[in-house]
Amino acid sequence: MFILKLLIRNAFRHKLRTILTIVGVAIAIVAFGLLRTLVDLWYAGVEASSASRLITRNAISLVFPLPISYKDRIRQMPGVKDVSWGNWFGGIYKDEKNFFPNFAVEPKSYLAMYPEYVIDSSQVKAFALDRKGCIVGRKTAERFGWKVGDQVTLRGTIFPGQWDFVIRGIYRGAQKNTDETQLFFHWDYLNETVKKTLARRADQVGFYMISLTKPELAAEVSLAIDAIFKNSLAETLTETEKAFQMSFVSMTEAILIAIQIVSYVVIVIIMVVAANTMAMTARERIAEYATLKTLGFGAIHIAGVIFGESIVIAMIGGIAGVACTFPAAHWIETELSQFFPVFSIASQTIVMDLAAALVVGVVAGIFPTWRGSTIRIADGLRRIG
Amino acid sequence: MAETTPPIVAVRNLSKSYRRGQQTVPVLQDISFDIAPGEFLALMGPSGSGKSTLLNLIAGIDKADSGTITIGGVEITTLPEAELAAWRAGNVGFIFQFYNLIPVLTAFENVELPLLLTGLTRRERRDHVETVLSLVGLADRMDHYPSQLSGGQQQRVAIARAMVTDPEILVADEPTGDLDRVSAGEILALMERLVHGFGKTIIMVTHDPRAAEQAHRLLHLEKGELTDGAG
Repeated sequence: MFILKLLIRNAFRHKLRTILTIVGVAIAIVAFGLLRTLVDLWYAGVEASSASRLITRNAISLVFPLPISYKDRIRQMPGVKDVSWGNWFGGIYKDEKNFFPNFAVEPKSYLAMYPEYVIDSSQVKAFALDRKGCIVGRKTAERFGWKVGDQVTLRGTIFPGQWDFVIRGIYRGAQKNTDETQLFFHWDYLNETVKKTLARRADQVGFYMISLTKPELAAEVSLAIDAIFKNSLAETLTETEKAFQMSFVSMTEAILIAIQIVSYVVIVIIMVVAANTMAMTARERIAEYATLKTLGFGAIHIAGVIFGESIVIAMIGGIAGVACTFPAAHWIETELSQFFPVFSIASQTIVMDLAAALVVGVVAGIFPTWRGSTIRIADGLRRIG
Repeated sequence: MAETTPPIVAVRNLSKSYRRGQQTVPVLQDISFDIAPGEFLALMGPSGSGKSTLLNLIAGIDKADSGTITIGGVEITTLPEAELAAWRAGNVGFIFQFYNLIPVLTAFENVELPLLLTGLTRRERRDHVETVLSLVGLADRMDHYPSQLSGGQQQRVAIARAMVTDPEILVADEPTGDLDRVSAGEILALMERLVHGFGKTIIMVTHDPRAAEQAHRLLHLEKGELTDGAG
């Protein structure tokens, strides 16, 4: 009890120094938490994807298309429940900075296969009936102030030209990590237009999405699909949606590792700063530790006072940092939604934040604790007559 | 045959040196003397003569190179560190030149410190602390922090802290060195009272001849050797 009282009072003895240290730890924890969340975000697509859906794409690369004729052959495969298809459209709304993902899909099969996109049934019907119709995610609609019935024009990049759409529905995500920034329109609209302007690229799709009768058939069906298109002009590569998403993450693994390294460097820097503060504090109080030892207190008491103070300061900073991480993440999610459509702090990140703060406290306290608890009394009192 | 009271402190052939780089600097050389129970002894000598080192050795906060110190029948020079700490806590009270109070603790809490290592209850500790603070005339200042007290008052808190476990021996290193004349007089009077009223044995290092005059006996140290008054 005495140790606790003493270490808490000691912690706030130099208020400015302590507050600056706490602020430093808090900022480091916010940075650490946000960077860890950014890493998690990288995997958000993987997490949100299903292991019971397959993606079939061109075996050479995703940029090469597959014939639309494959859909009927895939549909006939044992274990396949339904097939949908689509193309990455890559359209730009007014300016490149307004980026959001947009796809041409087959509406009926696609929306049936992706129940995570929650949309009013009347809007689904309206979308299905309008060849130029599109549905858009809630966040993108809010970002540009779009409403159902609005006309939107995208500038094609992969498929050149001005593409007009009418918003027929706005979807919400069933889960927190569902992407609410995408736009979907009719694949037929794309294909018919391409037939007129770029005939050689007509009747081709970027990828097939396949739902299975049983998730455990994923490996078997994948192999069977790729086998039937082997030695064709467009061989396929079929994998689960999770593996497909993971392949995108792998492409940017170097960035991911760099972010992870930076997140740890931030913690190491604050560790050094906190250690310096604690060393300074312990040095100033050597005579007090010597006095306590003179009175009969042992090294363990002194260690408790110094180590405890270090941990108290670091943990206050850690808790403050965690508390600030949530508003910071909310700000990123709302103000930078075009880059980070979902930016929610995972409970695991909070645990890592607090663990990082604890590590800072422990490491910062080691040297001063050792020095304070092993000091010779006579040296500490600095009196040699 | 007359019966003689055994000394409370017996120092025999005590030597101590410090290492400074490659050099060994002798601080105390073959010191021997006794202190009787209830004696007020002053140690004087120029700076560097070894008087504070001698005080530290008697108080059990430093280790001698050779020789023995026996206090109350216990040879403290052979005690291991942990036992020495426990012995110190129960047998010696410390009074420092700069009071050495913990600034974040009140006068009450500073005085209570040595009692935290005993098995006393909270209530018993409170009674002890209030008693000694009344003894040093600071009963009304027990909730004050050291920064809210004058130098003389801080030294009285330090004396109360030294007294609270009721040790037989008090060691004082320049207890009046940081005080004005009036406060120094008050502190010396208080120490005198502890000797005569409570039978404490006080060993005091001082540069102040006026403080030394209060002592029953004076020991002079010169270059680590006793020059007079040993016995």
